[in-house]
Amino acid sequence: MNDMPSHDLDWYEASARQRVNGLLDADSFVEFIGPTERAVSPHLAQFGLTGAFDDGLIAGRGRLAGQAVFVAAQEGRFLGGAFGEVHGAKLVGLLRAAREGAGRGGPKAVLLLLDTGGVRLQEANAGELAISEAIHAIIEARMAGVAVVALIGGRAGAFGGGGIVTACCSRIAISRHGRTSVSGPEVIETNKGVEEFDSKDRALVWRITGGRTRALLGGADLYVEGHVGGFRQAALSLIGNPPTFSLETLAAEQKRLADRLERFGDCRDAPEIWRKAGLPDPDRISEIEDATFLAIPQLQAVRHDAR
Amino acid sequence: METFRVQGKATGRAPGERPYALVGVNASGDLEVLVERVLPDGECAVEVATQVVGFRDVWQAVIEDFFDRAPVGGLRFSINDGGARPNTVSLRLMQASRSIEVEP
Repeated sequence: MNDMPSHDLDWYEASARQRVNGLLDADSFVEFIGPTERAVSPHLAQFGLTGAFDDGLIAGRGRLAGQAVFVAAQEGRFLGGAFGEVHGAKLVGLLRAAREGAGRGGPKAVLLLLDTGGVRLQEANAGELAISEAIHAIIEARMAGVAVVALIGGRAGAFGGGGIVTACCSRIAISRHGRTSVSGPEVIETNKGVEEFDSKDRALVWRITGGRTRALLGGADLYVEGHVGGFRQAALSLIGNPPTFSLETLAAEQKRLADRLERFGDCRDAPEIWRKAGLPDPDRISEIEDATFLAIPQLQAVRHDAR
Repeated sequence: METFRVQGKATGRAPGERPYALVGVNASGDLEVLVERVLPDGECAVEVATQVVGFRDVWQAVIEDFFDRAPVGGLRFSINDGGARPNTVSLRLMQASRSIEVEP
């Protein structure tokens, strides 16, 4: 049943509503601009497309182990979770409300359950604007002391502008199935050729953009097992002590990335990085069980305290 | 895209107190169903928006069969369809009527 939340549900398979219900304390979720308000896309009908009553984005407030949080979840199966005008406005409004509430009894964190290919092609200008406004709103919320935490493990991953939104968050948790990047594999192959990136090689796609690689290289802060309960634990542990957003933070992140590029910039595939970094059994990192993977210490050379 | 409404009669009010429920996703081969307790007790209706044109008679048959099998008095169902097969439509409608009856 769609409406039955469970911590055991697989995040990848679950709908956005199931994720929200299972992530938060039972019966604590209150939706903003819910489906009965029919805030649907004004653009899709002219392309002969049916919309979604929530425009593919569920926004609201709830509790996480008793703590007040805001939450936004993208439905990755509706138009690939892509950003449109209404979809984006709901996300931006939520982030701005979180900033307004900072220090005045508002939520201490915003959880972003991103599952998106980027901008919706049918309303691209509005989508691009929504993404830039969302980035702006995330930065302002962080500067006001609100933790903005990205949870990545859906079918669509977090690509395009959604990848940039992810990278702007205070913290990122990702599962094995999760993927994040800016240009997706198909886009890279289209523009640079199959030798640059064979997007049909699914194992390669996950080795490059997938959760394990992102977690090991510091592109995500926490690797989680891919069930709803795993993401709940991750969100709880990440909202507590968000890094401050400051010039020092950005300078440290810049240095971390420059060091990483210096050391691993000539690698063509993830196992080359793991070999260079001295990880055990580098060719099997993407195949081993979660428990075995979680026992690998993060790469010392690129361990990051930035973001 | 095609839109239409199928109207029905019901013998009594659908059980439960939830004002609305939403099941399914408007994805390829699937549909979302929003069910709301907004009609008089003796009425029911399904409003369909589908991407696939030309199957109105099949929709009509599936929906009338659903009205015969489920307690739907006072319920309005709104569908955004991404090209679901009739059996999927039938299951989602049953799921929607069950979801508005019981707390999640």
